[in-house]
Amino acid sequence: MTEPVVPMVKAEGVRKSFGAHRVLRGIDLEVAPGEVTCLIGRSGSGKTTFLRCINHLEKISGGRLSVDGELVGYRQRGDKVYELHDRDIARKRAEIGMVFQRFNLFPHMTALQNVVEAPVRVKKEPRASVVERAAALLERVGLGGRASFYPSQLSGGQQQRVAIARALAMQPKLLLFDEPTSALDPELVGEVLDVMRGLAADGMTMVVVTHEMGFAREVGDNLVFMDGGVIVESGAPREVLSNPTDERLRTFLSKVL
Amino acid sequence: MTSPRKASSPAPPGTTAGPTADSPASGPAPADITAVPLRHPGRWVASAVVAVLFAMLVHSLVSNPRFQWHVVGHYLFSEQILRGLWATVYLTVIAMAIGIVGGAALAVMRLSPNPLLGGAAWLYTWFFRGTPVLVQLLFWSFISAVYPRLSLGVPFGPEFVHGSANQFISIFTAAILGLGLNEAAYMSEIVRAGILSVDPGQNEAALALGMPRGLLMRRIVLPQAMRVIIPPTGNETISMLKTTSLVSVISFTEILYAAQAVYARTYQTIPLLIVASIWYLALTSLLTVGQYYLERRYGRGVAARGATPPQKLRALMTSLRAPDSSGAR
Repeated sequence: MTEPVVPMVKAEGVRKSFGAHRVLRGIDLEVAPGEVTCLIGRSGSGKTTFLRCINHLEKISGGRLSVDGELVGYRQRGDKVYELHDRDIARKRAEIGMVFQRFNLFPHMTALQNVVEAPVRVKKEPRASVVERAAALLERVGLGGRASFYPSQLSGGQQQRVAIARALAMQPKLLLFDEPTSALDPELVGEVLDVMRGLAADGMTMVVVTHEMGFAREVGDNLVFMDGGVIVESGAPREVLSNPTDERLRTFLSKVL
Repeated sequence: MTSPRKASSPAPPGTTAGPTADSPASGPAPADITAVPLRHPGRWVASAVVAVLFAMLVHSLVSNPRFQWHVVGHYLFSEQILRGLWATVYLTVIAMAIGIVGGAALAVMRLSPNPLLGGAAWLYTWFFRGTPVLVQLLFWSFISAVYPRLSLGVPFGPEFVHGSANQFISIFTAAILGLGLNEAAYMSEIVRAGILSVDPGQNEAALALGMPRGLLMRRIVLPQAMRVIIPPTGNETISMLKTTSLVSVISFTEILYAAQAVYARTYQTIPLLIVASIWYLALTSLLTVGQYYLERRYGRGVAARGATPPQKLRALMTSLRAPDSSGAR
């Protein structure tokens, strides 16, 4: 267990406040490469905020947060820490994929254009090879025949699968999911979870904020229960779900299971 | 293009009638209704009144000799008028270009987190929207009374170029500045509304993909804001086309000034005002068509896109020519 692997995500005492409201009160967490970590907890427990801190959509107010060994949003030289330029923050974000609760596909672009946009414009890859890869990705998420459809012509589940393909097109080293199935009709949840299951099997490092306990139990390597801005309990999903020790987790599980 | 919508269209109306016909209470299927249609005498009276008024208008236009239609015909394509028309067109184009670029810049300033930039943009809009454009035009044309000498150089330092204001600010420059700077104030509000109309989730999705601010604005936010920006901008362009007539007061020769120059000589006031009006109507009609196609382009992915009017007309002609295959394309 002591091999010198750099954790993909490492949080040490991460704090975040919105004005006087303290949303995160000291999060310590490590995510190893290739691992799937599921964050669960009531709404308002800070799990989405923590996820957004990982790619610097939110700026942390205290503690230390690094991705793949590099600080998020800052650069350390000696014992001094410097704020990063927007350009460098953008470059780091490009290595982290994110999938949103409300898909956030670009409505003025077709499914294929959504997937192609960032690799061509941000990473400056040649369009022809990106289009080929994008078509293969859409095929992989089961939407090979929908490449020329606009988001408004797709169901929620299909839109979310395009969003996953869009994130994958950047060939990220880490994928963040913010309640990816919460905005979907129940019968469409399965198709998105299937795609995520496939990604986990391929060894993608993922941090997933979710309410899908079945998915967390089956696919997750690590389950983290948050409440009131701190991690209350964490460990192997089966262990945590079958033997919850904390009262708050027991109450939470009695409501969602 | 519309095939996915067709696929999800509801079942034909006949099938929805099924369950009610099958309900146990009903006997044999009810017959079709053959009721006497409701009469609308009010509509007939109103139509008759409108028709009579319209006939009176047409009659007076044709029969009243004071309209002097032969004079209208004579001057409609005269060189002097056409030169004024051309001036109106390029004045509109340049003033709107200044207005749109300036408006976009002001809108971005207004939305910037820097309070000084935001405040400056607000002050600009407050001033240029709060004073009549006619007054602003007069100001620009008399600028040399306030600043007789203009120069370019380091602030409070050496000058590189200098000269009299009259030399830099011709009547044309005054017209462009007056119209363009005023328009920028209005356009800034339109662009700002457009940018604010875009879902914040779009920003986040683009940021998460590693897009820098400029790219995000250009590729994601502005194309979506366009849908909201274009209709009022079309309105502004049409309005600008007519507002250019104000520069006739600073003796800039656009179409109204050209018409005035003619009737000052010939005293044929009414026919020449008609000539100017006809050209204004022709240009606004052209702009309306352009706006239709622009809206169509930026509505893709959001609005359902049917056929354009010319396409509909062509389809109609084809179906008329071949009545057997009326449904075919």
